[in-house]
Amino acid sequence: MSYQPSPLRLQREAARRRASRRSTLIAILSTVVIATVLTIAVTGAPGFKAVKESFFNWHYAKSAFPHVLSGLWLNLKVMLIASFFSFILGLLIALARTSHSPLLYPVRILATVFTDIFRGLPLLLVLFLVGFGIPGLQFTWLTNSVVVLGTVSLILTYSAYMGEVIRAGIEAVNPAQRMAGRALGLSPTQTQRYVVLPQALRKVTPALLNDLISLQKDSGLISTLGAIDAIRAAQIDASLSFNFTPYVVAGALFVSLTIPLTRFTDWLTFRQDRSRVQQGQW
Amino acid sequence: MVTMAESMLDIINVRKSYGDELVLHDISVSLAEHEVKVLIGASGSGKSTLLRTLNLLEAIDDGQILLAGTDITAVGVNPDKVRAQIGSVFQSFNLFPHLNVLQNITLAPRKVHGVSKEAAEANAMELLQRFGLADKAKQYPDLLSGGQQQRVAILRALITKPKVLLLDEVTSALDPILIAEVLSLIAELKAEGMTIMIATHEMGFAKRVADHVLFLHHGKILEAGTPADILENPRTTELSDFLGALRDAGRL
Ligand SMILES: Nc1ncnc2c1ncn2[C@@H]1O[C@H](COP(=O)(O)OP(=O)(O)O)[C@@H](O)[C@H]1O
Ligand SMILES: [Mg+2]
Repeated sequence: MSYQPSPLRLQREAARRRASRRSTLIAILSTVVIATVLTIAVTGAPGFKAVKESFFNWHYAKSAFPHVLSGLWLNLKVMLIASFFSFILGLLIALARTSHSPLLYPVRILATVFTDIFRGLPLLLVLFLVGFGIPGLQFTWLTNSVVVLGTVSLILTYSAYMGEVIRAGIEAVNPAQRMAGRALGLSPTQTQRYVVLPQALRKVTPALLNDLISLQKDSGLISTLGAIDAIRAAQIDASLSFNFTPYVVAGALFVSLTIPLTRFTDWLTFRQDRSRVQQGQW
Repeated sequence: MVTMAESMLDIINVRKSYGDELVLHDISVSLAEHEVKVLIGASGSGKSTLLRTLNLLEAIDDGQILLAGTDITAVGVNPDKVRAQIGSVFQSFNLFPHLNVLQNITLAPRKVHGVSKEAAEANAMELLQRFGLADKAKQYPDLLSGGQQQRVAILRALITKPKVLLLDEVTSALDPILIAEVLSLIAELKAEGMTIMIATHEMGFAKRVADHVLFLHHGKILEAGTPADILENPRTTELSDFLGALRDAGRL
């Protein structure tokens, strides 16, 4: 015999549909109300016309766009290179700081001091110290390129951050996992490499991606050294036109660059949380 | 009955403390080749500590441990080399969650024993086949039942052909049907001649499979004998109390 839903079930489902229609309606209404209030508040401001003219001028936006975009290409390259080396250096720092080998004792101290310094120093200061200090040393074999020195500053700061994130991940792996590795006859190094590290990196991937998002934004700070990145390009255009629209263009481009990474990170975090719930690991 | 051959493991006057607490009190036990020895005793009596000293995960304070006649507690012994000859499985399923079943099982053969990937996998598949787990080879541990996880953990310990298998309460996190799965695997290993030391609260299993039972109490071996001796004719009040408590809990 085929299944006949009971009246009880039909009643419950009808109630659920009504509730869901009501939620949708409320969401639409509240969105419309808030959007209207915001529009009136902003356009009604006494200086709205002037702001619109100097920040949202279509003509200047179009003329600045190619310059800012080619500047952004530099940001992107700097960000990719800095991400790669920050991760590698951060990984080495984390491994050094979590190792117990007496041979690595000096490296461990060095890694700790490095982390303390570069996590504490404002990035802007690191940029000034590296960007203006290193050329001041006048080593002929050292580069004076502001792009290279800016990238180095980013790597110094972000490897300290990422090192801490990875270290936290290593320490968060259940000690029983390490013991199980050792019980199989794996050496401490093999256990770290094949058992602990893969689990640690998986745990901290969302946190590392957050650092990458930050790094992407902070790549704009190399403009303070004079590198022609998106911000510097916008600055040049703005000073020629006496209009701030190029900055808004740069801002929009930076945001559109980070959105995919942000969404990806959210999705990954969501997926990890869900699998933890399924495994009852709360 | 398999005939008892030479001594595989000799524990001689082993003493171990944590701080002021004496956890192993001059323990002396021998495990013959092909023998299955069951450790019983209340929680905190020192069963896990004893098993962990045997594969050198805990250092002993005094005494000696011989593996097939060689002192593995001597100065200068490489513990990794010793552990490579001993299989151990603990209570919680310590499979590696980022590796699938096949990768879990082949990790030690490949990285510790230098077996090629192909040979290790062929070997692992044969083992999985034999114990009805072949269809799980590509699965990750969190998708397996507790009993399957524990059986995989035992196979992972077995694949390198250890001289001795140490099992520490491998069934205590499982429900009765899964317990039966794991115990029948262990019984099969005994039939194949594996040398096993196992801490367990499954007295029925001890009765069927053990050659000898040791009763541990506050770090001392209070009684030792055949399953019948120990389970039916306790001589000390401590053992009678322990068995009484198990009976009350419906586990005997
Ligand atoms: N790592 C440790 N540090 C301190 N004390 C421990 C440690 N491991 C076990 N102990 C203590 O040693 C005693 C024996 O524990 P254990 O060997 O786990 O007993 P069992 O496995 O029989 O339950 C217990 O009193 C326990 O608290
Ligand atoms: Mg225990």
